[in-house]
Amino acid sequence: MKRFSRIIVECACLADQKPMKQTVLLAPFASPFAGHVSMSKFRKFLPPFLLLSPSIVLLLTFVHIPAIHTIYLSFFSTPKGRRPSKFKGLENYQDMIADPVFWKVLGNNLIYAITTIPASIIIALIMAQLVNSALPGRPFLRFSFFLPVVLPLIAVGNIWLFFYLPGFGLIDQIGSLFGLPNTNILGSSETVLWGIVGVSIWKESGFYMIFFLAALQGIPRDLKEAAYIEGANNWQIFRRITLPLITPTILFISVIATINAFIRIEHLFSMTQGGPNYNSALLLYYLYENAFVFWDTAYAIAQSVFLIVLLSIIGIGQIFLMDRRVHYQ
Amino acid sequence: MTGNLKNVNVIGAWLLGFLWLWPLLYAIWAAIHPIEYQVRFDIFAPLTLFNFKNAWAQAPFAQYMLNTLIYVTLTTSSQFVVCALAAFAFARFEFPLKNVLFGLVLIQLLIHPEVVLIENYKTIRFLGLMDTIPAISLPYIASAFGIFVLRQTFKTVPKALDDAALIDGANTLQILRHVYIPLSLPTFVAYGLVSISYHWNNYLWPLIVTNSDDSRVLNVGLAVFSMEEAGVEWATISAATLMVTAPLIIAFLIFQRQFIESFSTTGIK
Repeated sequence: MKRFSRIIVECACLADQKPMKQTVLLAPFASPFAGHVSMSKFRKFLPPFLLLSPSIVLLLTFVHIPAIHTIYLSFFSTPKGRRPSKFKGLENYQDMIADPVFWKVLGNNLIYAITTIPASIIIALIMAQLVNSALPGRPFLRFSFFLPVVLPLIAVGNIWLFFYLPGFGLIDQIGSLFGLPNTNILGSSETVLWGIVGVSIWKESGFYMIFFLAALQGIPRDLKEAAYIEGANNWQIFRRITLPLITPTILFISVIATINAFIRIEHLFSMTQGGPNYNSALLLYYLYENAFVFWDTAYAIAQSVFLIVLLSIIGIGQIFLMDRRVHYQ
Repeated sequence: MTGNLKNVNVIGAWLLGFLWLWPLLYAIWAAIHPIEYQVRFDIFAPLTLFNFKNAWAQAPFAQYMLNTLIYVTLTTSSQFVVCALAAFAFARFEFPLKNVLFGLVLIQLLIHPEVVLIENYKTIRFLGLMDTIPAISLPYIASAFGIFVLRQTFKTVPKALDDAALIDGANTLQILRHVYIPLSLPTFVAYGLVSISYHWNNYLWPLIVTNSDDSRVLNVGLAVFSMEEAGVEWATISAATLMVTAPLIIAFLIFQRQFIESFSTTGIK
C-alpha cells in the first residue's frame, strides 16, 4: 500500500516536470526485459491506464468494434437459420441505391432537416430575445418555452396525435369555428411530413433558445447603448451587433440540430409509424424497421454505414465548432 | 411609441408562451375530464381521476416507473464513476499514447449509439443480458461527453491542492475523491441533470433490448400501451402520458434554473 502511493508520488512529480516527450513515446515499445528502467516506467504509467481501463473497455465494446464490424458486415448477406452469411461485395449498397423507398426516406429526412432546422433556430432566437428582455412574466415564458425539451418524444408524439386528430383535434376544432372542413394531417401523404415537422419545431426550439440566451447575455451592454446614442433602431442593432456576435452560436446550434434531425425519431413511433406509405419515414426509422421488423439485417447494416459516414462528417464539424466556441468565450 | 411597441411585444410574447403550452394543456384537459367532455370545452365540466385510474389499471406503470428509476440511477451513477476516473487520467497524468486515447474517446461523439444499434443488440444477446436493465445502461456508461466536460473541469483545479494532499499521504483515488470531485460538483450536477433527462427520454435502445414488463421503462411501456390499445380512449392515453411525464415536469418546475443552466453549459443532450 505504502509502496503503491510512493509510485504515485513519483508519477505525479514526473507529470509536473513534464518528462521528455521522446522517452514517453518510446516507453510502450521498450522491451519488458530491458531491465530496471522499463519496469519503473511500467509502474509509473500504470495508474493512468488503470483509471482509463473501464472507459476504454466499454468504448471498444460498444462503439469502436461495433462501428468497424458494421462496416465489415455490410459486405455480407444476412445469415438465415443454418445458412451462414456469404460475402456479397457491394451488393447491399447496390440494393440500397436501387431501393426507391430508401431514396424517398432520405428525401423526407432532407426536407425534414431543411425545414425544422431554420424554423426552430429562428423561433429559438425570438424566444431568447423575449426571455432576455425586461418583459413581465419572464419566468412563465422561460418555463413554457423550455418545457417541451424535458418531455420524452414518445409522450410528445401522443400529445400531438390528439392535437391533429381528424374532427376532434384542436386544429379541426379551431378550423370548424371558421367553417373550415376537417383535416387529416397525419393520414394524408401530402401533409403527414409537415405534421411531424411541427412537432419537431415545438420540441427543439426551447433547447436551442438556451444557447442563444447564453450568447445574448454575453454581449456587452455598452455596445448596444452606444448604438442607441448614435441613433440606430432596433433592427439595425440586431443586424449589426447582435447577429454578428451570435453567429458562432448559430453555427453550433445548426450542427446539433442537423444531428438531431437524423437521430431523434421517436415521435414517429407514437404518431405515424412512418406512414402513410413511407411519407413520414425518416432514415433511422427505416433502418430500425429493416433491422427489427423485417429482420433484413444485412440491408439495415448498409444503411447504418450510410448514417455512420453522414453523422461522422457532421460530427467532425461539431468538434471543430466546440473548439471554436471555447475560443470565443 | 416605445410604450406601444413594448405592449405589442408583451402580448406577442405571452401569446407565444401560451401557444407553446397549448398541446400540454390540451392533454391535461382531456385527462382530468370525463370522456364526453374530451373535446367540449366547458369550464364547468366535472373533474375526474377516472382516466388516471383506468390507465393505471391497464398497464403496470408502477413497475415501469421502478424500472426507469433503476435504469436512470444505474446509468448516471456509473457514468459519474467511469467518466471521472478517465477524466482524471486525461487531466492530470502524462502517459504514452495519451492523445491517441483521447481521440479514441472523442470518436464516440461521432458514432451515436443509434447508428450501431444492430451490433450492440448482438453484443447484449451474446452477453446473455437481453431483457435486463443493465443491458439498457451498458452502451451509455463510458460517455465521451462526460469524460470531456469533467476533464475540462478537473484541469481548472489548482495543482497545489494535489501536492498538499500528496504530502498528507493521500493516494490517487483519495485525491480524486477528496480534492477533485468536491471542487467539480457543479459540473457533476449539470452533467447529471442532462444525463437523467436524456435517459428518462431514451426510447429506441430500451425498446430493442427489452421485451417484458419486468425490464421495460416508462417510455417503452407508454408506447406499447398506446399502440396496442388502438381505439383506446384518448383521455386514457392522455392520462397515461401525463403520468409518465409528471416526474420530469415536477422536477423541472423545482429545478428550472439548474436544468436550463445545465443544458446550456454542457451543450449536448
